[in-house]
Amino acid sequence: MDALISQLQRQFRDYTISLYQQDFLDDQFTELKKLQDDGSPDFVAEVLSLFFEDCVKLISNMARALDQTTGAVDFNTVGASVHQLKGSSSSVGAKRVKALCVSFKDFCEAQNFQGCVRCLQQVDIEYKTLKTKLQDLFNLEKQIIQAGGIVPQVDIN
Amino acid sequence: MGRDGGVSCLRRAEMNMMSVGGIESTPAPAPAPAPAPAPAPLDLDEVHVLAVDDSLVDRIVIERLLRITSCKVTAVDSGWRALEFLGLDNDKASAQLDRLKVDLIITDYCMPGMTGYELLKKIKESSNFREVPVVIMSSENVLTRIDRCLEEGAQDFLLKPVKLADVKRLRSHLATKDVKLSNGNKRKLPEDSDSVIITPPSPSLTISTESSPPLTISPDSSDSSSSSSPPLSPVEMFSSSPIDNDEDDDVLTSSPEESPIRRQKMRSPGLD
Repeated sequence: MDALISQLQRQFRDYTISLYQQDFLDDQFTELKKLQDDGSPDFVAEVLSLFFEDCVKLISNMARALDQTTGAVDFNTVGASVHQLKGSSSSVGAKRVKALCVSFKDFCEAQNFQGCVRCLQQVDIEYKTLKTKLQDLFNLEKQIIQAGGIVPQVDIN
Repeated sequence: MGRDGGVSCLRRAEMNMMSVGGIESTPAPAPAPAPAPAPAPLDLDEVHVLAVDDSLVDRIVIERLLRITSCKVTAVDSGWRALEFLGLDNDKASAQLDRLKVDLIITDYCMPGMTGYELLKKIKESSNFREVPVVIMSSENVLTRIDRCLEEGAQDFLLKPVKLADVKRLRSHLATKDVKLSNGNKRKLPEDSDSVIITPPSPSLTISTESSPPLTISPDSSDSSSSSSPPLSPVEMFSSSPIDNDEDDDVLTSSPEESPIRRQKMRSPGLD
């Protein structure tokens, strides 16, 4: 079993590091991990899950607001949703999503329709990508625990 | 879950677990007994924080941050709900609400409807709660904004995303409130502790945040041996740190005559 655990732990470590290196996650994700303990072992997963729900809702708001068939686009409405998404992505350490929101916000302020539409598409892809990757990460954690091991603390530098 | 329009609801997950730090979650009957609150002067479990943020994710995070630092938390999603909770939303003064013990209010700045700044003003206008320290959180580091909030009486300004270190710092200031600092204050306080607010706490208080209307805590002040000292005066909250005037944004207006509290501007460490 030990060999399995070691292997899983190594995978977990490598995967975690890669997520940070590729800017999927940032320091704030590390902060969230600090808030997890035996009393709240799923805290990070739960918060991220709420975040992803938020993404679905906000992106849908943005899409609706960017729908030209209903009339003139209200960039303020779009901007408001972008602002919220920027906030929550920042709070969970979703670095790429947050960065996209920054650009998105600029496009809203510039009332650049094409720019907004592009950002919307990218944000949609990005949160889904992150969601998949985190699912993989959480699965690795589960496997380690099921194999009787402990999830290692990963030092991100 | 989702936006229930009221208070945050991650508690369900936490309810069954023994949280760290002897926090208020209803103790499960069987496992480790919750530490019996000793009537010591430093009763850290008594701190009650009202957190205000329209973002569910942020509410959950701030709630967790506060709980992990031994605070009871009530989290609401708007300034209006905060006022409602405090009993400030209408003119009728409820006798029961006099018993409401809030040691700190931490609020987001940017919220639809009522901003954190507006909430701050309303709190400072109220006789019952004006002494309660109010901390503003914002994702934007705008000097004029910070300045304005501090001018209005905010105790501190945290930049989002809020980190554990930020909350620990806030918490450590609050912890000293239970120890009556007779001569411990290095600062001269403009108005010393003739602070109005809040009444003897009820130790085994569990604030249910599942309902949104204003909560009244049944007054059970028979045991006020612990922490009946008046709440910490605002100035005692924190120590000043010099501000780096490096932001491109607005020029700091200097007003030399102001009381210490107004010049104390804190930013989250590591901030640019």
